[in-house]
Amino acid sequence: MAQVTLRKVIKKYDEVLAVRGVDLDIADKEFIVLVGPSGCGKSTTLRMIAGLEEISGGDIAIGGDVVNDVPPKDRDIAMVFQNYALYPHMNVYENMSFGLKLKRTPRQEIERRVKQAAQILDITELLDRKPKQLSGGQRQRVAMGRAIVRDPKVFLFDEPLSNLDAKLRVQMRTEIKKVHQKVRTTTVYVTHDQVEAMTLADRVVVMNAGLIEQVGSPHDLYHSPTTKFVAGFIGSPAMNFIPCQVEQAAGALRLRLNDKLAMPVPASRTNRYNSVVGRPNLVLGLRPEHITETRPHAEPDQHDFEVPIEVVEPMGMETLVYFTLNGIEICGRVNPNAGGVAGQPMKLRADLSNMHLIDDTTGKVL
Amino acid sequence: MANAAIAAGATGRPVKYRSMSSDRRWAMRWSYFFLVLFVIFFLTPPLYMFITSLKSSGEISAANNPWWVYAPTLSNYAELLGQNQFLVFFRNSALVSVCVVAITMVISVSAAFALARMKFWGSATLATGVFLTYLIPDSLLFIPLFKMFAFVRDTTGIELMNHWWTLIIIYPTLSVPFATWIMIGYFASIPKELDEAALIDGASWMQTLTRIFIPVAMPGIIAATIFSFTVSWAQFLYPLAFTTSTDQLVLPVGIVTTLIKGDVFNWGQIMTGALLGAAPPLIIYAFLMDYYIAGLTAGATKG
Repeated sequence: MAQVTLRKVIKKYDEVLAVRGVDLDIADKEFIVLVGPSGCGKSTTLRMIAGLEEISGGDIAIGGDVVNDVPPKDRDIAMVFQNYALYPHMNVYENMSFGLKLKRTPRQEIERRVKQAAQILDITELLDRKPKQLSGGQRQRVAMGRAIVRDPKVFLFDEPLSNLDAKLRVQMRTEIKKVHQKVRTTTVYVTHDQVEAMTLADRVVVMNAGLIEQVGSPHDLYHSPTTKFVAGFIGSPAMNFIPCQVEQAAGALRLRLNDKLAMPVPASRTNRYNSVVGRPNLVLGLRPEHITETRPHAEPDQHDFEVPIEVVEPMGMETLVYFTLNGIEICGRVNPNAGGVAGQPMKLRADLSNMHLIDDTTGKVL
Repeated sequence: MANAAIAAGATGRPVKYRSMSSDRRWAMRWSYFFLVLFVIFFLTPPLYMFITSLKSSGEISAANNPWWVYAPTLSNYAELLGQNQFLVFFRNSALVSVCVVAITMVISVSAAFALARMKFWGSATLATGVFLTYLIPDSLLFIPLFKMFAFVRDTTGIELMNHWWTLIIIYPTLSVPFATWIMIGYFASIPKELDEAALIDGASWMQTLTRIFIPVAMPGIIAATIFSFTVSWAQFLYPLAFTTSTDQLVLPVGIVTTLIKGDVFNWGQIMTGALLGAAPPLIIYAFLMDYYIAGLTAGATKG
């Protein structure tokens, strides 16, 4: 059993708080991704789990044992670094067996484990090569192999794909997922790339300014963010945020975007938003895919409006259109054949059944 | 500009743009020009030594072309190598240098590792302090060293003056600070993740040093070795000051004190001795340079 528990974990550098009290329960065999902008404390949190960074407060437990003062080598973890950190003077076999040799593992056992890991990662024919003879992707595989052979309780990945080019990154991402499906070791993975986080994780932990914003499955984070930060961070292109007001309109609620544009709030949400009628500092959050071209049949909560399009970005399978509302740039995703032309008005449809209403003062989704 | 171009066109001379390859050709010509200049400047003295070493005393003092040997002879080599004295100088030099290199490398590599990686209170100040000691001119250290040796003799009865092995204690004061400084720089260039990976793999500090840092920093270690060997092999002032008996002298001092008698300079043998003395470092450098250039660090991280 290798669950990892963080209780009120704090990291202080001199007087600066890098991690401000993190609580997190990671289940056995779970793949957790810590994601957030640079400087949010995600790498520091990972390094504290690894024991490379002392914790200034709180408790970290691995497999039920508190490891606050346990040195890295006794925590039974393995780590994969962003720049691979392979030992340049050793060949692949030696790189992978170094940790086992230090633990005085019998030679046959070392050989068996290295061969097995090499097979999982498809690097058997590289075992005699030195790191400098390997490509970036191969080096990353070796770094993972070095982690796998040790058969640790927890894998820690610190932005392992950031040094690879875009195509290889996607390939290695799938590779990492496959490896996890094979070895089922508890994994904590740090990245700043929300696509990586969404595709790999069982649960994603979004961090911001040293605190956890939200923990949840990729689906939950995408469809039910609890804060404006998470709503804006997850998803690309990012969610649109449009200042708005909620007003009463004959027993129903109405969302007023500006003097000319107002749309009825979905009936299912009337109760939820009743208390914020007339409140200032409200923001409508609507993802680009919920602003589309008009289609023949409108669902109850879909509303059409016309705006002048400013920029058109064809992506192939879809086209992104940009327009301005209340001085804020809004992005919509339309069918490539919908015929959006820059500089000309276009009829668009907003799907409010997927709307989020955010209190901009607290940053919370209502 | 436009006017100039039109004027050039009018006189029938098209404006020429140099191609990349012609630019490169000119760069190469200049590089070779300066390289040849350097080679001439630095190889002339050894060549002169070599030519002179093949001449008899008579020919050296004769007023003919100093750059030509009319009657080549190996008598200088035979006489020098036949003397027991010269071989003693050579042995002293070799022993001193080898010991100094060994002591220097052990001290400076471990000191540099501690200063570069184990962040402890005052480590940055200490690292600067190490470098500052190197900036003190050697000649200022004579008197304090004499005083220290006298103190050692008075308190313990051990005489440190006039022994070749005393030099083994003295030279590291010159070589350790600089070698440590080189190694701090080299260790600092090794990515932090490499020792973190070793730490997670279960290596102790000592294992990290011996199994990761030393092999990876081999080019730096060789540079420091070459430096400390050169310092001790070519050192002249200290042995001149601290050793006097003929059997305790090292090569540079030995050649000068025994081959210059009063105002009589035995030029042929001085040149021969100097040339033979220069041979070991030359051979060592030639051997180590290959290793040095091989560059072991490539591929450690992204690249």
